[in-house]
Amino acid sequence: MTRGATPTVHAQLAQLAHLAQLDALTTHGDPLFSHGVGLFVWVVVLIKVLVAFIVLLTSVMLMIWFERKLISDMQSRIGPNRAGPWGLLQTLADGTKLFFKEDLLPARADRFVFKLAPYLSLVPALLIFTVVPVGGFVTIAGHRFELQVADPTIGILVVLAMSSIAVYGVMLAGWSSGSKYPLLGSVRASAQMISYEAALGITIVTVVIVTGSLSTRAIVESQSAAFWDWNIIRLGIVPFVLFLTAITAELTRPPFDLTEAEQELVGGFHTEYSSIRFALFFLAEFMNVITMSAVVVTLFLGGPDGPVPHLPTFDVWFPSVWFVAKVFCFLFLYVWLRAALPRLRYDQLMTLGWKYLIPLSLGWLLAVAGFMVDGWWGAGVVAGALVVTGLLIRAFAIGKARGEHQPLLAPVGARAVHAVHAVHAVPPGSAVGEGDGEAD
Amino acid sequence: MFAATVPDAVTFAVCAVVVLSGAIGVIASRNAVHAALSLVMTLFGVAVLFIEQHAYFLAAVQVIVYAGAIVVLFLFVIMFLGVDRREDIDAEPLKGQRPLALVLVAVSLVGVLTLAATSNWVTGAHRVVGSLSSGHHTDTYLLGKSIFTTYLWAFEITAALLVIAVVGAVVLARRPSRVHDTVVEPGDAGPVGPGTPDAGVPERAEVSR
Repeated sequence: MTRGATPTVHAQLAQLAHLAQLDALTTHGDPLFSHGVGLFVWVVVLIKVLVAFIVLLTSVMLMIWFERKLISDMQSRIGPNRAGPWGLLQTLADGTKLFFKEDLLPARADRFVFKLAPYLSLVPALLIFTVVPVGGFVTIAGHRFELQVADPTIGILVVLAMSSIAVYGVMLAGWSSGSKYPLLGSVRASAQMISYEAALGITIVTVVIVTGSLSTRAIVESQSAAFWDWNIIRLGIVPFVLFLTAITAELTRPPFDLTEAEQELVGGFHTEYSSIRFALFFLAEFMNVITMSAVVVTLFLGGPDGPVPHLPTFDVWFPSVWFVAKVFCFLFLYVWLRAALPRLRYDQLMTLGWKYLIPLSLGWLLAVAGFMVDGWWGAGVVAGALVVTGLLIRAFAIGKARGEHQPLLAPVGARAVHAVHAVHAVPPGSAVGEGDGEAD
Repeated sequence: MFAATVPDAVTFAVCAVVVLSGAIGVIASRNAVHAALSLVMTLFGVAVLFIEQHAYFLAAVQVIVYAGAIVVLFLFVIMFLGVDRREDIDAEPLKGQRPLALVLVAVSLVGVLTLAATSNWVTGAHRVVGSLSSGHHTDTYLLGKSIFTTYLWAFEITAALLVIAVVGAVVLARRPSRVHDTVVEPGDAGPVGPGTPDAGVPERAEVSR
């Protein structure tokens, strides 16, 4: 009896210690504000904001250059090489050109919303970056502060909130253009973003329940004990893969770039935009790539965590180097994906989002929650999830077998076959019938 | 908590203006999309006021759920149904509707204000979890604890209600698979559901607006 009881007591103690640790994590914020708000604090905050803004804009410039250069290498081309050394200033040249172009406003556009939309895209992209921890703690003139613009207690929810606001920019841009292709692009984009936001949110919850806090700083610190404490390993690799897929779709990057599929939609939601407003959309798009890579690093790769050598004055800034290096890997990955993968079809996109990502992320969340309580609970949840999955697969198979006899809406290819049949059915020489066939 | 500092007062004033102008915009705009955007503005102002009250979690949820999901759905519906044109709202289908509305608004406003001044009208208590600024727990912790302990029953019932609503919506929106049992012939040009002449065409017409 006693031999059985001792491990449970130990487990309970461990759990209590864990809870105490969680409590400690939930109650801290930026130590900068712990002694009231003075002039120095104001200056530090102002500098943080300015540095983040400038660094972000510069890195967007470099990112655009990097993407063009890398994809040129992958396609055996040279890429931009005229403006500046290695074409580094190409983005600046393009930006200047866009700035001096004529700003067109379509006649059928909703003027106010048309002008508003680019800012609704850009501002969330900037704001998401404010909650990302880009380094460790720095002490200047007796004030200790975090290398992070803001550390609100709801940290990671700010990311979700801002990414749901970013939908407006795309949606309203397409609608207010008063034109066909932008509207199609924006409907696709907003449907896609809303669909993948669910999986995105559920994977974030998985991270949050092991951390016990919503603060991005606490999420990073809970992963900082050792390499195998990074969430990518601690949670099993699946949430990381799900999150990466979901944010790639959120960013409408290839292979999920149906929103601006050039072959179908001209330019997607920003077809009617020109000059500086187009530049703002472009800026927002690349800024989102960078900020979302930073969010992945924060959630799953320990943020600025990494081995720090014992160097005077430099060791404080070393975590930031790790952070930049990790973000860079993801930026490379995005360009690589663009070069390597073909675009998904729309139904494939929706199938992936709703039928695979959401159930899988939900099941994984339940399993993680189960293992947080106790090993047996975890095993029970996993077993239950497997049974439910089996039942669902069987149900889908039955439904599909039944559906094959009664097609609600045949796939596009099948419809084309029917159209051909229809054309052949009409008497030859009938111009009207052929015209109908082509229009279908 | 009520000792307002200057930044507090300024934030409140700015938010109040934003919230009220948004609210007026919702009912005054003739364009449905502009009205929806005014609603977003109001929701944002309320979110900032939540932050002002240290209710950070509520602020985030306000933006994510209301501004990020519900109004986006409104916009979807507005765009697809094509009600985004200016409409003539001078015609009055119901006689005497406006004075009646005025009276009802006045009555409910007085009622809400009375309830807000005296007690919480759901729980009968002024506050449920205690002051947010005094304890060392975050608002998220307090909110989660009271939802999953004291108010678990109400929470679960609400969840069930939402699931029922979703199932109901799916059932209502589902196209009947087959009203009369006819076999689709190879030459039949319509592989779409019966009852609709061709599901592809009206959809396209709606989108192209």
